[in-house]
Amino acid sequence: MSELDMNDKMNELLKKAEANASTKEEKSFVRPEDEEREVIAPDGSIIKVNPIYDYFSGEKPTVEEPSKGVVEKFLNWARAESIWVLGFGTGCGSIEIPPLMTPRFDAFRFGVQMRPTPRQSNAFIISGYLSVKTLKRVIRSYEQMPSPKYIIALGSCTINGGMYYDSYSTINRLDKYLPVDVYIAGCMPRPEALLAGFMKLKEIIKSGNGEGANIYAENFDEYKANQKKVIKDWNMPDYNW
Amino acid sequence: MKSLIERVGTKYNLKEVVQQRDNLVFAYVDKELAIDMVTYMRDYEGYAHFTLMSCVDWIEDGYFQLLYLLNNPETKTEFGIKVAIDRENAVMQSAHHLWEQIWTYQRELKEAFGIDFPGSPRVDEDFVVEGWDEMPHMRRDFDTNKYAEETYFMREGRKTHDPATYMREKLYPNQPVTAKKNKDEQ
Repeated sequence: MSELDMNDKMNELLKKAEANASTKEEKSFVRPEDEEREVIAPDGSIIKVNPIYDYFSGEKPTVEEPSKGVVEKFLNWARAESIWVLGFGTGCGSIEIPPLMTPRFDAFRFGVQMRPTPRQSNAFIISGYLSVKTLKRVIRSYEQMPSPKYIIALGSCTINGGMYYDSYSTINRLDKYLPVDVYIAGCMPRPEALLAGFMKLKEIIKSGNGEGANIYAENFDEYKANQKKVIKDWNMPDYNW
Repeated sequence: MKSLIERVGTKYNLKEVVQQRDNLVFAYVDKELAIDMVTYMRDYEGYAHFTLMSCVDWIEDGYFQLLYLLNNPETKTEFGIKVAIDRENAVMQSAHHLWEQIWTYQRELKEAFGIDFPGSPRVDEDFVVEGWDEMPHMRRDFDTNKYAEETYFMREGRKTHDPATYMREKLYPNQPVTAKKNKDEQ
């Protein structure tokens, strides 16, 4: 078909669209592979499958009681000395994280190292502004991390929205959606500030106050309601660990 | 460039022709003739490189201005074809068959301004903002501040200071406020 014929075809479509304008269909946000469907098993029987609920656990997180006395103190000391950070650049501040791992600032000497996956990490640096689109991925990553887990919120955008406070697509207060342990203010904070933040996090963990995962479990419904208020295309299980 | 403007101007009834520079021209064309003209410019006038497509919301005049910016690699000139489309019934003929990358632009414009391009591939899918069900967010009558206040949680006590006054109060609270005179004035 030549381009001129295509022009005519597109023109026809345009006229049709103008004729029956403003008839909107309701959107479904569930991905095709996650839709509820029937599958034929090897023995010929038909099985109903609902991937979102079948492939993931539907259980809510539970509060883990701390151990008693010296044991908990020892565990907290051990936790504080090995902070494994999830390397996920969520905003503009992630540019300050690579120098942290270079010889100049060398975060390794404090027991801090970057990991590529949430399954291996216990600290999540949320760097800078969070759009609703990223928040969805952040929640999913956070829930996949093994507890005890900590959140370091980097930059003023995570505190009150920063310069994006009136944006339609970025959230303002991170602590309404996830439990935050340490805030590092600044736009952007330098690696020195990040190191100070790690020191603060260590203090918090050692004093037994790094209970982010338990706070999340306790107020799970409230957090989930806030998350679902902004993430309108919720097409994942409520708790994906 | 002048001969081109005369040639195309009479053929497509161009309005408001503005020659911005020696190598850059903008002109308005009727909505019905726009894609025909883009095709003609590409096939016969050598404007084979599609630079970009954008939109401006002229809310006071009640129209969206679409811009197709074309580039001629041989003469190193650019031609901006502007189209005014109605704000109320924002539908435009699709041009994705001319350059494949146009469908991405059209998908973006559908999401940001609500301009429909029937027949364009994947035009109804989300582009940047996921699950958006409000008024298209780049339209000028969309109040982003109000939306943010209603949807997100504003932290109380958010206020701004005049940096000079604030620092003076912080650093020299006891010093009376007097404007310093320059040496020349003394």
